Amino acid sequence: MCDQTFVAATFGPCENCSTPSPLINIYIKSEPINYCSLCVEMMACQGLQKGESLVSLKRESESLKKKLEEERKKLCDVELNQVAEKIEVLGALSIKTRRVLKGHGNKVLCMDWCKDKRRLVSSSQDGKLIVWDAFTLNKEHGVSLPCTWIMTCAYAPSGCAVACGGLDNKCSVIPLSMDRNENLAAKKKSVAMHTNYVSGCTFTNSDMQLLTSSGDGTCALWDVESGQLLQSFHGHTADVLSLDLAPSETGNTFVSGGCDMKANVWDMRSGQNIQSFESHESDINCVKYYPSGDAFASASDDATCRFYDLRADREVAVYQKDSIVFGASTVDFSLSGRLLFAGYNDYTINVWDVLKGTRASILFGHENRVSRVRVSPDGTALCSASWDNTLRWATDFVTENK
Amino acid sequence: MTINTLLVKEGCPQEQMACFRKMEKVIVAMQDPDMGMKMRNQRLLITVIPHAMTGHDIITWLIQKYCISEEEALHLGNLLVKYGYIYPLKEPRSLVLRRDESPYRFQTPYFWTSTQWPATELDYAIYLAKKNIRKQGELMEYEKERYSLLHKRINHTWDFVVMQAREQLRASKQRRKADRIVLECQEQAYWLINRPAIEACQRALGRNRVKSSNCLEGFLKHSEQYQNHDPIMQGCLPSNPWISDDAAHWTMNADVVPVPTRLRVERWSFSFMELLSDTMGRKEFMTYLEKEFSAENLCFWQACEEIRHGENSRISEKVNEIYKNFLAPGAARWVNIDSKTMYKTLEGIKRPHRFVMDDAQMHIYFLMKKDSYPRYLKSDLYKNMLAKAIVPQETKKSVFPFMRRQRHSSPSPAQAATQATEEDGRVKEAGQAGANA
Repeated sequence: MCDQTFVAATFGPCENCSTPSPLINIYIKSEPINYCSLCVEMMACQGLQKGESLVSLKRESESLKKKLEEERKKLCDVELNQVAEKIEVLGALSIKTRRVLKGHGNKVLCMDWCKDKRRLVSSSQDGKLIVWDAFTLNKEHGVSLPCTWIMTCAYAPSGCAVACGGLDNKCSVIPLSMDRNENLAAKKKSVAMHTNYVSGCTFTNSDMQLLTSSGDGTCALWDVESGQLLQSFHGHTADVLSLDLAPSETGNTFVSGGCDMKANVWDMRSGQNIQSFESHESDINCVKYYPSGDAFASASDDATCRFYDLRADREVAVYQKDSIVFGASTVDFSLSGRLLFAGYNDYTINVWDVLKGTRASILFGHENRVSRVRVSPDGTALCSASWDNTLRWATDFVTENK
Repeated sequence: MTINTLLVKEGCPQEQMACFRKMEKVIVAMQDPDMGMKMRNQRLLITVIPHAMTGHDIITWLIQKYCISEEEALHLGNLLVKYGYIYPLKEPRSLVLRRDESPYRFQTPYFWTSTQWPATELDYAIYLAKKNIRKQGELMEYEKERYSLLHKRINHTWDFVVMQAREQLRASKQRRKADRIVLECQEQAYWLINRPAIEACQRALGRNRVKSSNCLEGFLKHSEQYQNHDPIMQGCLPSNPWISDDAAHWTMNADVVPVPTRLRVERWSFSFMELLSDTMGRKEFMTYLEKEFSAENLCFWQACEEIRHGENSRISEKVNEIYKNFLAPGAARWVNIDSKTMYKTLEGIKRPHRFVMDDAQMHIYFLMKKDSYPRYLKSDLYKNMLAKAIVPQETKKSVFPFMRRQRHSSPSPAQAATQATEEDGRVKEAGQAGANA
């Protein structure tokens, strides 16, 4: 295959066999490597098994993908909007902002609700983490961290701790103490260590385990007490931007979405990739499970949100409109799963009717892109965090209009 | 978009390409000769500008074409102006779409934001330079134009451009074959990485799938069932705390209350998971199981959950506890598992790990779900609870709607945990809070 007489770009010791020779510059996963031609040939051939060639591999992959599509189509006997024709159209929603929280000095990147339905934690680009009682607007705890760009934060199920992570490649857990004199930042404990930024984190059903996703393309499960890595999940070929835990009775799976346009479902016990969905046309910024756990939604830079059915193993709805041009960065369902709230980079929040596939409402108000949208645990309100340094609470004024 | 693109300061971040393509689609639709915008000659002071349109026309066209409200059309139009696809003729520095007779024009594609990458500018400059060198003076008219334009714009890198052009020309003569080979090697290395994709595909083919009609019906049923429980859609009683500033809704639905609300008790009948995840529901179920002499099942399940989600360091200790209490022959609270699962579990206990109890736990869970749970729902215990449950009165709107109620703070969960509260203490607190609200 390799003609030894061509002119190579550089000359030097090969990174594999160390013999000085003309080197070929190739890229593997965007890492440049310099091997001599012999090593490159050997490396390439190792991947191929007997009787395989590049052409045959390509052909096999294409035909498998086609077969998979056919199998998926066979059971697709009806579409979601057809089935949804028999349910009533949604009444008019009148969702208005009830509170605007100004307290962060810079872009708010992430927020999470506490299980007590009124507290939440928010993190921002200037390295501050604030725990608020959203009902009274009191700031209960404020932590200043040395690292900027805290891209993700999560509230522990017990309400006694928060986790946060970002550009420092770590995810740390901070126990909350009511003692005003205590410096919470000093009690910070590093749990997760990645080789690139941490994009998402969540506690599993208890305070003792933490699940993280990272820009290094992997997700990982950690034991909080010891900081030990319990399981790692490999399969994404680019940064993983978001993850969500399944609300299932056996509680063993989670979904992750990344810059490789794929959404993967993982088994937490074995670390295996159970299902994979690849229908977006750009980075997937956020994934969230449907309340029953049988489906999930994703938000992407291609300006669409999509709904995937796990049992039918396919995408069942696409939420898009020609007038929506900017990417969606975050999604969340209302308590019943009928409404999908999606925050976009054009500063708006679109409310979609999940079953009928139409847009129910559009919310204006933020002055910069919406980074995170979360419905409270009892479904009474919607909180949105934005790069305009504020958090807004909105809810539907249904009872007032009755 | 990733953090890497967020931090890029020069050039156009990759993530915006998708939205620029969409915006360009809108612009192209606007310029369609049949269905697009009607353009006319606009008067600007004394000059007449051809092919211009008014802000008002733009908004009307957007409303018509995309069936959106005026507010949204204004929002979208503003974005088009901000990103340079449409520019204003009056006050060119103010990039705002005005809803009136102000004239606007379309920007030529050459200056579209998506094409302004310094990288491609450079590449294009090098390409033109190469062409210039190869066929001296044989650039086309428009190419000559662009060449001089680029020369002006990226003047500081012009030496580099010319040098690169010369180098590339020389190298291309020698490198043809090598390029091909390098490409082949790259491709082969690419397949090294992507081989797992084939295996994943094969696994996916073997998976069991459910018919779409069944799955989709499931979503409909779920939404219907929970609709009354969704505050954003149906409101909540006595009132939504965020609207009325009254936290009564939360106090009534606190973890432990003397009498639960009707909606809450109804939810226990939706699924076994709902019953177990509600503290009160679980307690009620335990009471029922005690009457049936099968409470050890729930206790066993709870103990297994603690292992699965607990600290690594205490796994062995907890596994031993479970063995002593539930699995050992003659144990005080022996659970009834089939012999195969029992054997497997006992073997696994010899080397305890986090998931050693999974099979047994699953067996007991489904036992409760298929047997005890349906009977509980039909039992007097549950029916009485449902009858006793309160339906809160809707709080009447206050006479003076502008008077804001004082919002009461609640004890932080962090505080509650640090003061080891007894269960009685907590119930008392909830009762008091209810009296205060």
